[in-house]
Amino acid sequence: MPKEKFNFIEAYYRYKKIRRTEEKITEVYHTDKIKSPVHLSIGQESIAVGCSMASSKKEIIFSNYRGHAHFIAHGGDYKAFWSELYGKRNGLSSGKAGSMHLGDLNINFMFTSAIVASSIPNAVGYALAQKIKNFSNVVLCYHGDGAMDQGVFWESINFASLKQLPILFICENNEYAIYSHLKKRMYKSNIVERVRSFGLKAKKIKNDTFTIFEETKKILNKIRKNSIPHFIEIPTSRLKDHVGIENSPNMKKNDSRLVEDKELLFLRSKVKDFKKIDKKIESEIDTAIDYAEKSKYPKQNEILKNVFSDI
Amino acid sequence: MSNSSNLSYGKAIYEGIYQSMLNNPNVFIFGQGVDDYKGHYGTTLNLHKIFGKERAFDTPISEDSLTGIAIGSSLAGMRPIFVHQRMDFLMLCMNQLVNMASKICYISNGHQNVPIVIRASIGRSWGQGAQHSQSLYSFFAHIPGLKVIAPTTPFDVKGGIIASINDNNPVIFVEHRMLYENKGLVPKERYEISLSSARVTKKGSDLTLIGISYTVVDCLRASEILKDKKIDVEIIDLICISSLDIKTIIKSAKKTKKIIIVDNDWLYCGLASEITTQITERLKFKIPIERMGYKFSPCPTTRNLEDNFYPSANVIAKKVYEMVTNKKDWIPRKIINREILEFKGPF
Ligand SMILES: Cc1ncc(C[n+]2csc(CCOP(=O)(O)OP(=O)(O)O)c2C)c(N)n1
Ligand SMILES: [Mg+2]
Repeated sequence: MPKEKFNFIEAYYRYKKIRRTEEKITEVYHTDKIKSPVHLSIGQESIAVGCSMASSKKEIIFSNYRGHAHFIAHGGDYKAFWSELYGKRNGLSSGKAGSMHLGDLNINFMFTSAIVASSIPNAVGYALAQKIKNFSNVVLCYHGDGAMDQGVFWESINFASLKQLPILFICENNEYAIYSHLKKRMYKSNIVERVRSFGLKAKKIKNDTFTIFEETKKILNKIRKNSIPHFIEIPTSRLKDHVGIENSPNMKKNDSRLVEDKELLFLRSKVKDFKKIDKKIESEIDTAIDYAEKSKYPKQNEILKNVFSDI
Repeated sequence: MSNSSNLSYGKAIYEGIYQSMLNNPNVFIFGQGVDDYKGHYGTTLNLHKIFGKERAFDTPISEDSLTGIAIGSSLAGMRPIFVHQRMDFLMLCMNQLVNMASKICYISNGHQNVPIVIRASIGRSWGQGAQHSQSLYSFFAHIPGLKVIAPTTPFDVKGGIIASINDNNPVIFVEHRMLYENKGLVPKERYEISLSSARVTKKGSDLTLIGISYTVVDCLRASEILKDKKIDVEIIDLICISSLDIKTIIKSAKKTKKIIIVDNDWLYCGLASEITTQITERLKFKIPIERMGYKFSPCPTTRNLEDNFYPSANVIAKKVYEMVTNKKDWIPRKIINREILEFKGPF
């Protein structure tokens, strides 16, 4: 697709909405209304935006505890998202899950796990089911660089390639697992090469929203057609601390990326009426927070509900 | 006392590890974040600078293999300490712990042994949810060949970590997150506590409360509220999970004739059931025994459910009152768990 045809309005909207949501969380966090850990995605927005814009509504999304960006980009229920952060009854999981376990089955967004790499084999299993049933839905599996430290990651990609499953692994390589740099965890950071040796099609992609979109779109088409597992690595930086609202200790003080994100400015430059979009986003945020504030907490008898399924 | 200092639980662990590493060059420590600027609640802070990065290091997120690697190094005479930020992550280590560490001594007929220490933090603070708050210690205590301990005080945690490092068997060392800042007198020397003794934390006559790790703090707070009703409880800090100090418990049971076990965990098939059974097996007469613990669900994240998920000092006090007086007419005054109220995250 020529770059001019890219829906920059939508890209700007998603990108900015993620950024503003995360910023809003940092603004309200001191009120202690969000009584749970938050793993913010500021700095990593382009990946969620590019990949989500490349996917259709049929794709299945597996994310993790750092899931706000994926959730918002793929169009998860935004009001229920805020209510979940606020621990309210009309949240995604009645407040029983919180930020680390977002999910919305209306958009095929699986509830996420806070145990590193633990849902990667689940994503492969979902892809296996697609293959068995002859569905053409592709599974998108977002994960961090740290998840690749786990044996289960390699066992999972081995199986995905063995069975030629319709899955795309998206490695958000922010180079850190908490405060631990990649170099302290891997002898050589030749991620793509390693994955390729397992028989997957693997590629490193430049981090800009359009390129991510374009490459992902091509790959998804290939997977749909031929059911070949793919892997992409996208370099990125997390500007906030691993968890919580402080700036990442790896950043210089007053890092300009926090105030004027180049990619965001670029997308904005492509949108004539960006002020209208900004307004819309602010109003969506205000409405959602208001909704969350006014909602009730779950009742005490909710504790023991849904330990087992009763559907 | 000049031979003691007033140390936090976290500092006491640090001191125990530091002295052990100084004393024995075979002791080394590793785990995620061991050498970062927080140093796992200060318990490993700067050890890599003091002892070098060969003996204190950060690791990939590879819990399963690293447990096996710890075991392997111990077969070569080392004494590794493997640190985990959460007990929940130990679930990835189950094969190595249950099928390997606990079996090697037995299948080698005692020719080999596995002196490893696995440190794991448990517990609540705020919004940790289903996968970051579990205790799970009774899983390990079920296995012959694994030792499990969970000290509560700075004194016991220092003596406990040193004893665990010196022990020739695998020890699962359980630390509650809300205890790291608690302070107490800690001897400066390198000393051990027994890995099979409980401690009577408070003497009393009306009823025995048995706590483990953080619930001992809840029991102490409950005993304060119970003074309003002139009820005097005895409190036992269990400390050792895999080798129950049933003697101390029976002695107290004979005196107070009423027992409540406050577990830091679910009750079903758990530690409190084990204690109850051992008491009834040993006592010639029947006494009332109650168990308290988590609601039988995963831990909910939202605060208003989370508060109710855990047994609180208030709920404990009320239960004690009802058991001692056979009346239900008292609402204990609210007592606040300062460390939980003040906790603002992020983790
Ligand atoms: C099995 C397991 N071990 C350790 C942790 C603690 N932990 C949470 S997130 C994280 C870092 C993961 O890094 P990465 O996969 O790169 O994702 P990022 O946080 O950078 O997005 C760690 C070590 C965990 N949640 N699960
Ligand atoms: Mg990372």
